[in-house]
Amino acid sequence: MRYYSYFPGCSAESTGLGLGLSTEAIAAPLDIELVELEDWNCCGSTPYGSLDDEESIVVAARNLALAEKSGFDLVTPCSSCYVTLAGANRHLQERPKLMTQVNEALAVAGLEYKGSIRVRHLVDVLYNDVTPEFIAGEVKNRLDGLKVAPYYGCQLVRPRYGLDDTEHPHTLDDLVECLGAEAVNFPMKARCCGGSLTISEEKNVLELTRKILQSAAQNGSQCIVTPCPLCQTNLDAYQSRINARFRADFKIPVLFITQLIGLALGLEAKSLGLDTNIVSPREVLDYIYNRINYVTTHPTEERE
Amino acid sequence: MTTFLDEVKATPGGEHILACIQCGTCTGSCPMASQMEYPPRKIIAMIRAGKRDEVLSSNSMWFCLSCYMCTARCPRGVKPTEIAHALESLANQQGFRIGGTSTPSFYRSFVSSIRSNGRVHEFGVMVKFYLSILPELILHPVATIRMAPLGLRLFNHKRLPLKATKIKGRQDLSRIIQRFREVRSSS
Amino acid sequence: MEPRIGVFICHCGSNIAGTVDVEDVARFARGLESVVVACDYRFMCSDPGQELIKKDIKEFNLNRVVVASCSPTMHEPTFRRAIQEAGLNPYFFEMANIREHVSWVTEDKEKATEKAKALVAAAVRRVYYHEPLEAREVDINPNTLVVGGGIAGIQAALKIADSGNKVYLVDKNPSIGGHMAQLDKTFPTLDCSACILTPKMTLAGSHPDIELLTYSEIEEVSGYVGNFKVKIRKKARYIDLGKCTGCGRCLEICPVRVPDEFEQGLGKRTAIYKPFAQAVPNKVLIDPENCLHLKGLAEGKDVCRLCQKGIEKKGIPGCETGAIDFEQKDEIIEVEVGAIIVATGFKLFDPGIIYQYGYGRLDNVYTSLEFERLVNSAGPTGGHIVLKDGSEPQRIALIHCVGSRDEQYHEYCSRVCCMYSMKFAHLIKEHTTAEVYEFYIDIRSFGKGYEEFYNRVLEEGTVFIRGKPAEVTNIAETPEEEGKLVVQFEDTLIGEQRRLPVDMVVLSCGLEPRQDVEAVARLFNISRSADGFFMEKHPKLDPVATMTDGIFLAGCCQGPKDIPDTVAQASAAAAEALAMISRGKVEIEAATAVINEKLCTGCQLCKAVCPYSAISFDEDKKVCQVNEALCKGCGACVGGCPGDAISLSHYTNEQLLAQMEGALT
Repeated sequence: MRYYSYFPGCSAESTGLGLGLSTEAIAAPLDIELVELEDWNCCGSTPYGSLDDEESIVVAARNLALAEKSGFDLVTPCSSCYVTLAGANRHLQERPKLMTQVNEALAVAGLEYKGSIRVRHLVDVLYNDVTPEFIAGEVKNRLDGLKVAPYYGCQLVRPRYGLDDTEHPHTLDDLVECLGAEAVNFPMKARCCGGSLTISEEKNVLELTRKILQSAAQNGSQCIVTPCPLCQTNLDAYQSRINARFRADFKIPVLFITQLIGLALGLEAKSLGLDTNIVSPREVLDYIYNRINYVTTHPTEERE
Repeated sequence: MTTFLDEVKATPGGEHILACIQCGTCTGSCPMASQMEYPPRKIIAMIRAGKRDEVLSSNSMWFCLSCYMCTARCPRGVKPTEIAHALESLANQQGFRIGGTSTPSFYRSFVSSIRSNGRVHEFGVMVKFYLSILPELILHPVATIRMAPLGLRLFNHKRLPLKATKIKGRQDLSRIIQRFREVRSSS
Repeated sequence: MEPRIGVFICHCGSNIAGTVDVEDVARFARGLESVVVACDYRFMCSDPGQELIKKDIKEFNLNRVVVASCSPTMHEPTFRRAIQEAGLNPYFFEMANIREHVSWVTEDKEKATEKAKALVAAAVRRVYYHEPLEAREVDINPNTLVVGGGIAGIQAALKIADSGNKVYLVDKNPSIGGHMAQLDKTFPTLDCSACILTPKMTLAGSHPDIELLTYSEIEEVSGYVGNFKVKIRKKARYIDLGKCTGCGRCLEICPVRVPDEFEQGLGKRTAIYKPFAQAVPNKVLIDPENCLHLKGLAEGKDVCRLCQKGIEKKGIPGCETGAIDFEQKDEIIEVEVGAIIVATGFKLFDPGIIYQYGYGRLDNVYTSLEFERLVNSAGPTGGHIVLKDGSEPQRIALIHCVGSRDEQYHEYCSRVCCMYSMKFAHLIKEHTTAEVYEFYIDIRSFGKGYEEFYNRVLEEGTVFIRGKPAEVTNIAETPEEEGKLVVQFEDTLIGEQRRLPVDMVVLSCGLEPRQDVEAVARLFNISRSADGFFMEKHPKLDPVATMTDGIFLAGCCQGPKDIPDTVAQASAAAAEALAMISRGKVEIEAATAVINEKLCTGCQLCKAVCPYSAISFDEDKKVCQVNEALCKGCGACVGGCPGDAISLSHYTNEQLLAQMEGALT
């Protein structure tokens, strides 16, 4: 059993509800325990860092201090929280003067941060700690034949963490394949979906989201899979607006990687928050369950 | 006397700005380069030339998506993404009014939600943001109405709770921020 | 005779005095036992500095001297010579390194001065016990080994051979010529590379004083300056070079086709092949990894051998001189040389690791060496610049600085790429009607005729765009981009992001150290610089020697450079080797091991550990003896002797213990 301090991120209860539910659902079957950080606050994300970069580090630091008390590394499924918390952690470790100032501020709440914990992305934990081999061993419904486009987004692979290639990463592809599915190679898999600017600058940014849907659809994907709640919202919730604006007819469900893993592990669709996905994942679910039925009714033919 | 260059160098992430050889890889990689008043490479050149007002009043950095493509590819280890955020920060704190984009307003709504609740209440942020850009919404009523289905869809899929979650430690958070501001200004 | 020690503290300008309180150290030295005089001076190694030492020796009747200054590697010989000129044995001298070991490693003035004092005290205590020694001279073997048969190796070999001295020219490839043989025209004169190289290759191949050892690799190097012993492995060609006439009939018969290394994989060759048409030696060899017969032998089968047997049905005879010998084995030979010149060359950076440039992934993206072969009339396309589908490109992009000037790959600039890119632009304009775009960050046209060449290329109509491309992609965003390669970049001089659809992209890849550079460095006991290339003794004042006496460097193995600089450096290395050879003798360290025969038990452990085979066992006396001529004073035997019967001159236990006590008290 591996223990981690768990930082869900603000969207885990709202726009990223699917991610929040499915992350917690797959923890136990994968032998990890995600201990939710008590009374965590928003990491600050891009907006806080843009309005006051040093103050945003303090805001993030409260979470780092709380995690340090638990003694476990801090894990988050949200790419934006990851980049913010890991970045704050790095700045504090590299600038002793800032660390002193931040600790003086944390002290008024009885907190202190010594700089001893690591901040990690859930995908990093799944890939390097749990490992695709272990996950493959726990799979109950193999997703053979399902064509999945693994979408990394930006902040999972950049800036250079040394965990995966910044231009052509493979960790999500490997996770998808260990479930039995086919990871479709699509060239835009690590390009920006529009990030946090879809709300304030929609008309300038929606083109980026469209390019990703286009790239995934072109290579025959049945669904897109992603770890980031912001990317998922852009690709999922805005899909109909993209269709209207660009006269396209995309109909690709966008699942969280944790939802796909959950389905392969045999968990209930509802417990994975699959009713929160806006572009209906009905066809994908049907494909999976029909395949399961097919396999159970034609067991000998399965041996190919 | 600190120059604008010194000011930027002192920000988290701004340390390597002097290493820039103006190769243009950052601008070449940037998905938003054509929307910016000045592309990333030029901003760095302007910082080195001391063009404080022009840089801080530009809309360039507000279009940064934080995709980090520039930072990943820069052959000199310069971090244009972090410099962009540092510039947004300086512009915001020094009261520069940015035209041509409502992103600063959106960010302000976002941060104010954090300050009130300790977490981001997305519905609250949306309301606050739209109120802040009300004049523009009124000028484009059709576009405004077309946005409603998006919110409704999110709400129907349980992704837009109307009630905010407030953390217990939000007073703590306020006090921490307050103290940090005092510590920073006195140093 | 009572030791009378003089101590001289050097300021070295502000190099030492800026951190160490040199006057304080001199004051401290004055108070040490047996020190008669101690002073400080700005530059001890200068003429007045040395005069000061000589004057004080006479005035104060000194018989021991300590100089506290830089590293002994810098000036120990200088000061030893100075005191010798004043009448003292040069070994009555000791140096305390208070620069590289003190002022250059800390900014803390207090700590620096303390350490300087400790080092001076150590030196003073040690020099007390010094004994007079006589320097030794050994003969220099007049032969030279040149490792690497590219233009650098060929030039060095020719220069030495022309003096009448013998050269062994070794190359691991089956022909000499190196990378220069692959080039088309060379900048800035646009000489045909093969035309200027082949005469030198032929000369090297036929020179009476050059023994050419191609398809050979260095296995082991032992010995020291003037007296190196080198083991060379001559790899089996499976061809008797004495019988092969280079007629080439076997090439026409062999059924195997594999990618041709000389053509950078763009063309094919047979399993029995000639490296290239102008190869020296102009003979064939068999590639054991692809030869059907040799592969078959491993499984006990006897297949093919068409090169030997010929094709009876068609009336084509096989090799008529019987030169093919499938039984041939590698041969190990040993040679003795006095000097070694390392000229192993470079490797081209592999741009496949830069995903966003599409090399190896997208069609029609080429490296510079691949493009040289495309444009060369003897190359796989007969000199026609064509795309993969055989059509002519209408627009070509040349991208500078690929793998160079980049902290992710190589920080250094590869020096030649700007010029060869311009050469490509010129050749493209000569061979085709295509538009040419060069993407650069800075233009480095520093050499003789280089800037003029840049001007010429500009006037010919190549468009230079200042901006390092962010990526090369085949994902079209507009109808014009369909089916093309698109270069996305910032045109920095107008400050705009642009996309340019092109048909072909040539990546100006940088030069990097060869893959085996670490193994080669260990083989010759030479160092490498931070950039990975072999390290010269001094970057400005000694660019061809290495820290290992008798081993020199020439060409790109020391750092990226163009042909003019390579040839100049090769001639320089030859000159240094010849200087050694013409002197005929070299002075080596007097510090040798001495075996006390009374204590020696004859266990012969020392003989086993000696890396220079300098110890022999006397059967009659049943003790070991040191051959002073071979002994390098490494001290391995001293440490190994279980009976403490061996001492090392100038490094006796007495001297070393005194040095330690001086430092610690």
